Amino acid sequence: MASQAAEARPDASGQNISQDSAPDAVTVRFAGDSGDGMQLTGGQFTLSTALAGNDLATFPDFPAEIRAPQGTLFGVSAFQINFGSRRINTAGDAPDVLVAMNPAALKVNLDALKPGGLIIADTGEFTKRNLDKAKYDSNPLEDGSLAKWDLLAFDISELTVEAVKPFGLGRKDALRSKNMWTLGLALWMFDRPREPIHQWLKEKFRSKPDIAEANIAALDAGHAYGETAELAGPLKQVHVPPVESAPGLYKTVTGAESISLGLVAGAQLAELPMFFGGYPITPASAILHHLSRLKEFGVTTFQAEDEIAAICAAIGASYAGQLGVTSSSGPGIALKTEAMGLAIMTELPLVIVNSQRGGPSTGLPTKTEQSDLYQAVYGRNGDAPMPVIAARSPSDAFECAIEACRIAVQYMTPVMLLTDGYIANAAEPWKVPDPAEFEPFPATFLQEKNAGEELLPYARDENGKRPWIKPGTPGLMHRIGGIEKAQGTGHIDYSPANHQAMTDARAEKISGVTVPDQEVALGSTSGKLAVVGWGSTFGPIHQAVGRARRAGMDVSHIHVRHIWPLPANLGDLLRSYDNVLVPEMNTGQFKTVLRDQYLVDARPLTKTSGQPFSITELEAAIGKYSDGIDGNEGGEVPVNDTQLPSPEAMNP
Amino acid sequence: MNAPVKIETTLKDWETDQEVRWCPGCGDYAILKAVQRTLPQIGADPANTVFISGIGCSSRFPYYIESYGFHTIHGRAPAVATGAKLANPDLDVWLVTGDGDGLSIGGNHMMHVLRRNVDMQIMLFNNEIYGLTKGQASPTSREGTRSPSSPLGSVDHPANPCAFALGSGARFVARGFDVSKKLPDVLVAAHAHKGAAFIEIFQNCIVYNKDVFDDFAAPKGAEERQLWLENGEPMLFGSEKTGGVKGLALDAAGPGLKVVTVEDDDWQAAGVVVHDVTNRIIAHMLAELPFGPFPMPLGVLYDDPRPTFEAAVAEERRRASEGKVASLAKLLAKGQTWTVDGTAADPI
Repeated sequence: MASQAAEARPDASGQNISQDSAPDAVTVRFAGDSGDGMQLTGGQFTLSTALAGNDLATFPDFPAEIRAPQGTLFGVSAFQINFGSRRINTAGDAPDVLVAMNPAALKVNLDALKPGGLIIADTGEFTKRNLDKAKYDSNPLEDGSLAKWDLLAFDISELTVEAVKPFGLGRKDALRSKNMWTLGLALWMFDRPREPIHQWLKEKFRSKPDIAEANIAALDAGHAYGETAELAGPLKQVHVPPVESAPGLYKTVTGAESISLGLVAGAQLAELPMFFGGYPITPASAILHHLSRLKEFGVTTFQAEDEIAAICAAIGASYAGQLGVTSSSGPGIALKTEAMGLAIMTELPLVIVNSQRGGPSTGLPTKTEQSDLYQAVYGRNGDAPMPVIAARSPSDAFECAIEACRIAVQYMTPVMLLTDGYIANAAEPWKVPDPAEFEPFPATFLQEKNAGEELLPYARDENGKRPWIKPGTPGLMHRIGGIEKAQGTGHIDYSPANHQAMTDARAEKISGVTVPDQEVALGSTSGKLAVVGWGSTFGPIHQAVGRARRAGMDVSHIHVRHIWPLPANLGDLLRSYDNVLVPEMNTGQFKTVLRDQYLVDARPLTKTSGQPFSITELEAAIGKYSDGIDGNEGGEVPVNDTQLPSPEAMNP
Repeated sequence: MNAPVKIETTLKDWETDQEVRWCPGCGDYAILKAVQRTLPQIGADPANTVFISGIGCSSRFPYYIESYGFHTIHGRAPAVATGAKLANPDLDVWLVTGDGDGLSIGGNHMMHVLRRNVDMQIMLFNNEIYGLTKGQASPTSREGTRSPSSPLGSVDHPANPCAFALGSGARFVARGFDVSKKLPDVLVAAHAHKGAAFIEIFQNCIVYNKDVFDDFAAPKGAEERQLWLENGEPMLFGSEKTGGVKGLALDAAGPGLKVVTVEDDDWQAAGVVVHDVTNRIIAHMLAELPFGPFPMPLGVLYDDPRPTFEAAVAEERRRASEGKVASLAKLLAKGQTWTVDGTAADPI
């Protein structure tokens, strides 16, 4: 849904949630302490929103620390959801509603809130102690500093304690249900059914029915509060009608889920068991977790001793005839680099998923960035070409994972699939595909000698692919390795002509990988300006280009999935525009590739603050192509501390 | 291996057409022959046998064995072998590594393949030097080893491969040396062990660390300096010719074991320990026994199998799959879903 190239209707920006009872899109941000259960609240609100038929996109944002000290600014955890009756491509620039469970959550997130937006705050947590921790000199709920927003402040803590009183919980345990009380209020506010959440709570606390009942009571109390309080103030019910969607079955997926499902589907289409080697790393671990529960699909998951062992074991499994897969994030991918070279040299299929995060080194473990493109395309010793695919959204990642499996098997090569922290964690509605719609690409194994009496493990077919030979096959014993191979026989061969020929053969095989022609996501195939993106920037670029076009600008959106090899028509396509702007969450890496490959004057628009692009930032950048001022195009997006997540605000 | 089928082969069947490229006189030649003698003896099937190696002189080994072979990257052979064995537990996997490959750059993987107990034979060729990179001190080089990287003599303490293996949880630990006639017996025992079988093979690097093992491996005085361990047999060494039969007895007051002289073949009276390959504590003592005051313990130090990793993984997958239908369509539709009905136009 969110990945489809729809011309969006105008955004709801400027509308005031308190005044407008039927906006076409709303952005809500739940913010609290890391221990307050904000991700859970957000996740369940997302589910009920999806069930109500809205399109949506989410942005979970949490600190790198698991349990940062309570009440502190850097311990704030937030979950943003943008939902509407129109196509939603981003998690929303600025929230209409901010739910602040404590002073720190208010302080960190307040600047992002739209003027006139609604603040819902728990006065029970605005104690002297918590205000001090959030570095507030006076209570903002009382000192008038929130005048430009609507404020709804009441004691959620106490109301929750009251609601769960019948269950005899201690105060500390009772307060744990605060998030459910808040969720109940939000469900009322947006007219969502409570039953799915009831069911979910009963399931989650099956072994502790008391806790389930207490949480349900809190949820219902929050809902009833909205319903009956008859607040004269800003709170009123808002109806966001369902979006028009293609008929079918839908569910919400995060990128980590859809990649896992796509890998399972890819292995099935290749008719191979899958071997997944992983090592814990944020934000890639979720894929290991998902696949570990899918053993009945012929999936073996192996938590290795390190990143290197994870990829090497996957290579070993591919060597033995399974589809080897490994996954990590930037620093872990760096460790795997030498082994990728081995897979390239031995020409074995392998899928490497890189959930990118801010770098270099440990960088920003929980924040998003697209700065591993050079690493993916160029980052190995020797001439080591490897296909690279980039997913643009959680639901798109499903197809990308299948595509990565296809190329790996059809060309006997490692393939890198790029996603990022944003895609991995964010959720969006997904039209559940019918597996029968995908074209199978069954793997084949050599069963007998392929050159008369001789076996040639490095003989190539019309695609430049060598045969896959499983150990255990009678009569086909042979040796492979990372040392240069003689053409055909695969024996050790360092001779000049052979290395030249093999280097060429490896390069030609990869440049010959069949990838679909590049299409234009929005706009026309020529014109004044093409905004060329890749990966998770799809949403904001698409919205910004849509708005600019409605404002009369000649601008188009091109979004590239196949980063290497590039689509055959891309060079000609780019040359048909007067200007090419490449927004990236890095310092201009894809821009370099495009310039190098096509000699086009691609201009970078870069952002490296650990935050995704906002629509307005991109609109501003597009606007510079028609403002009559020369030489101000592209460049670096100024840091915006009010945007989620804000590293500076988190770490004052 | 499930019900391994024994195949009749000869030593010749295990030779490849590749020219062997080790230095003339290298101990690797003798190890290669010992392996090529062992494989027919155990009834190995070339089609089902895989030699996986890392980087270094020893790691060229797979090219010279007519079976499946994978010459991987420096230190990582245990990880590649683990993946291959998990993918196909029926493969008979032999790992070939060296002291640099297996204990330095690949020390972590070595530890974990032993800890997990993945069924394979791990041959660590220990020549106490980096050969292929022209003679630098290795993690098993003795203190004071003069090399291009330690011209004044190495100052770091060497690792003890067998003690490392036991410390990592290995369930089979053995020692042999390149030119020993008993090496095939050790390899046969390693192959018979189901699980990770670690074999330290002292190997003479005639170019960079010539004859460094002569103090116990040289034929002269071997009887006195080598303690060949046999399960169920007393730990005896030496003979009348070498100044008397000796044995190892327990020594609670000393380092755990002591050398005792055996009079009139009465080893029991002398308190000589009977080797029990399942005794892990004695195995630790044997692995740590300082050469010089003691002979070099050779043969199988320890052999006490326990369930293997690949079997546990397969069993876990079997249990997790029991009664479940692997329907991709159902998997994709799993979780909370909703249906959009009607005839709304495709929004594209």
